[in-house]
Amino acid sequence: MRAALPQEEQTVLRVEDLRVQFKVAEGTLRAVDGVSFTLQHGKTLGVVGESGSGKTVSALSILRLLETPPAEIKSGRMLFGGRDILKLSGPEISEVRGREIAMIFQEPMTSLNPVKRVGVQVSEPLVRHLGLSPREARARSIQLFELVGIQAPAETIDRYPHELSGGMRQRVMIAMAIACEPKVLIADEPTTALDVTIQAQILDLIVGLQEKFGTAILLITHDLAVIAETAHRVAVMYAGRIVELADVKTIFEAPRHPYTQGLLRSIPQIVRNRPATLNEIPGMVPNLARLGGGCSFAGRCERVVDRCRLEAPPLEVIRPGHDVACWRANDV
Amino acid sequence: MLKFILRRVLQSIPLVIGVSIIAFGLMHLAPGGPLAVYTLNPTIQAQDIERIKVALGLDQPFHIQYLRWAAGMFSGTWGNTFFGGRPVLDVILERVPATLILMGSALSIAILLGTAIGMLGAVKRYSLFDYLATTGALFALSFPTFWFGLMAIYVFAVRLRWLPSGGMYDLGNEGDPIDLLIHLVLPTLVLALVLVATWSRYARSSFLEVIHQDYIRTARAKGLVERDVLMKHAFPNALVPLIALFGLQLPTLFSGALVTETIFGWPGMGRLFVDSLTMKEYPVLMGMMMFTALFVIVGNLLADIGVALADPRVRLE
Amino acid sequence: MSELAATTSLISIRGLKTYFPIRKGILSRVVDKVHAVDGVDLDVRRGEVLGVVGESGCGKTTLARTMLKLVEPTAGEIQFNGTDITHLSRREMAPLRRQMQIIFQDPFSSLNPRLTVGDILATPFEIHGLAEGQDMRDRVERLLMLVGLRPEAARRYPHEFSGGQRQRIGIARALALDPQLVVGDEPVSALDVSIQAQIINLLKRLQAELGLTYVLISHNLSVVSHIADRVAVMYLGRVVEIASRDELYFSALHPYTEALLSAAPSSVPGRKRDRIILKGDIPSPINPPSGCRFHPRCPKVMARCKTDDPALISPTAGSSHAVACHLHNP
Repeated sequence: MRAALPQEEQTVLRVEDLRVQFKVAEGTLRAVDGVSFTLQHGKTLGVVGESGSGKTVSALSILRLLETPPAEIKSGRMLFGGRDILKLSGPEISEVRGREIAMIFQEPMTSLNPVKRVGVQVSEPLVRHLGLSPREARARSIQLFELVGIQAPAETIDRYPHELSGGMRQRVMIAMAIACEPKVLIADEPTTALDVTIQAQILDLIVGLQEKFGTAILLITHDLAVIAETAHRVAVMYAGRIVELADVKTIFEAPRHPYTQGLLRSIPQIVRNRPATLNEIPGMVPNLARLGGGCSFAGRCERVVDRCRLEAPPLEVIRPGHDVACWRANDV
Repeated sequence: MLKFILRRVLQSIPLVIGVSIIAFGLMHLAPGGPLAVYTLNPTIQAQDIERIKVALGLDQPFHIQYLRWAAGMFSGTWGNTFFGGRPVLDVILERVPATLILMGSALSIAILLGTAIGMLGAVKRYSLFDYLATTGALFALSFPTFWFGLMAIYVFAVRLRWLPSGGMYDLGNEGDPIDLLIHLVLPTLVLALVLVATWSRYARSSFLEVIHQDYIRTARAKGLVERDVLMKHAFPNALVPLIALFGLQLPTLFSGALVTETIFGWPGMGRLFVDSLTMKEYPVLMGMMMFTALFVIVGNLLADIGVALADPRVRLE
Repeated sequence: MSELAATTSLISIRGLKTYFPIRKGILSRVVDKVHAVDGVDLDVRRGEVLGVVGESGCGKTTLARTMLKLVEPTAGEIQFNGTDITHLSRREMAPLRRQMQIIFQDPFSSLNPRLTVGDILATPFEIHGLAEGQDMRDRVERLLMLVGLRPEAARRYPHEFSGGQRQRIGIARALALDPQLVVGDEPVSALDVSIQAQIINLLKRLQAELGLTYVLISHNLSVVSHIADRVAVMYLGRVVEIASRDELYFSALHPYTEALLSAAPSSVPGRKRDRIILKGDIPSPINPPSGCRFHPRCPKVMARCKTDDPALISPTAGSSHAVACHLHNP
């Protein structure tokens, strides 16, 4: 039974039952196995998960950026502006990309074209979607650079990516993404490759832009602390499914899924009385090509019972605004 | 940028000197030495050989000979041919236009067609087109050029009588551009076949590498149409190694294609080389060696500069 | 160097500098240098876990590698166990290397993919001629069990293991020869969060069981806080603050340390309102700023900071908490 979706303030994007598979040597890899969520105007949904959780594949699916020979979107709907993104044609989706929904990636060095000046790269969406002339686009790019906090914007415009630091490159990516003031911004691990002090600057920038433009943000990360600071709602993903979905306070203060609980307990904290050992989650993420029928966390769960191994629990509402996929969610 | 070019040019100078020393040394190492034509000829007497030696300055120590020869090279006196006593430089230069026309045509076709085929193959990887192109390239590279040449002559000149079997012009038609074009068709196609195969493989591999890069995904994420993604983002990056390749193939514009020119009787540099070898015409061979070496070095230089122009990261050093 | 320092310190470093030349020009002239490590005094006490934290370009990785003589120092002195190793040749260092080992960051590239795990672990024994045949196989088996892997793993290849398991193999390799000192260069950064806890626990357990001394390099302050006894903070090739773990995390003195601690996202929901956001980017170690290296970004900068380079001194006499800052050492 599909979990009831939270009260829609202004739902900008609705993803329903997304399933993405990959053809690999061993068989079929179920990277995303029935994922549903919504994005709200002016709010950030943080998606947290580790390797193999399916968070990046989900994000790339929204803009249909997956390479479709190995990947295949098996089913699902992605409703945006009254249309299903998955049913759009090639030219139609390219109208949406960069204009209504934009994306920034983890590695700013490899995500920028090394042989083109950054100003040109930022101008491209302006010319393509808003029909600006090259000169107008250039002026607007300088403004965008200022907006994202790049020093000496008029000079930086003509630089190549390799001449800029990691933090500046990420700012360029952000400028490129917000150029057309999109309704949705997908940020895939935007600060993972950056130093801690720069990370703080970039997160601050992203949050500030959301306040200014009301952008709905989908923030993907493996770093729970980043989520704590920037997300309003959080989806915890494991082995291709959302296992818990709630507002950020609930996730950190009263999580119900054993994986979420385990994850929170295993992170070292800066506290005066440090524990002798960190809480571990034993074992490893399962092989996504050989997922059985039961709960994919069963092998590592401390509260596992027989039912877990036979039947995978659906994502269900346990309290308004709090969905958990666990047979024992209500056992305290 | 200018400093980069200057530095590369300066680095080339020791290279040219090194090549010339080797070229000069090789000639002296050849059996019979520089006067092989005479020394291996039983009818010429020893004292005549001695006189020729002194006259040509061959009795001097090696480094003196080298310096005199190098000075001559520099000033344009490349010596005279053994047979006929014509200035070597003239002999070489008069063959250049023929070679340029043949190689120029073949290379142009190869680059344009080869790059297009390679690009399409990369974009539509594993499709029927890609499969055919790959197989075709393998075929073209596996069979020797002389076989293709002879087959082409047999089919088109002997059987079908559509095209002439060789030469640059028909007797009496020298200078007629139409005649030239007709004579150009077969040798160019044969030559281009192998070149297209090579270029398409390089282009395909370069494109394949580029279209899987993150920045191509970013370009799509910005909403650019697929054609712009390919031509404005993929192409300039894929071009960089191809520019290097072009620079390296540039010398062939002048050194010619030995086998093809011989098969088709084309009066170019390649033919000259083969003929000179057979006749032991050392001055010409030496001259051609230096000529080619110079163009290889210039070609490399242009390739380096071309890559630096196309890829701003290279200019860093 | 004092006698006391020499006996309680496993490693003693004085005035260490490691510069990397930058070559340009036609003749590859050295035009500039990367001042990776630019004057570091440090003692690593026997049996302690010393955390070294900092961001890109601070020199922490170079410091670790120079300490182990994997990189040759440009100036200064390194003593290991009372022996001056600064100028020892590679051959002279060979026997000492058994005592000092390193765990690398990337579990995917630090194991030779063409060797079985058993071969990888046997290599240290082979190099030093310490065991062979059945004896060696036994030792390899013991190592695998020590790090929580099954003995059967010896027959498999690295690519058959997950990141966390590969890092365990890397740890086993480092421990093969019973070293005294183990340097961990970002040993958990490349691992998933839930695996990090496993490896951190393993490292802590091994330290207690085997009496190891650790130098832990990391940019992750939380990980270091869990395991370190003392922490040194580096910036642009220098140590700017060093203190016991509690003192550093809860009574930090240097403005950079404060900013670093403040920047580290915490697991408390809600936006940090009092975060210190530093201006600008991290400067390049090729041309460090004059005076105090941190002065262009320091929120508490004073006039003196632009010209005078502060020394690493304890503001309170006799305390082990030292800081290089004019604010605290007027």
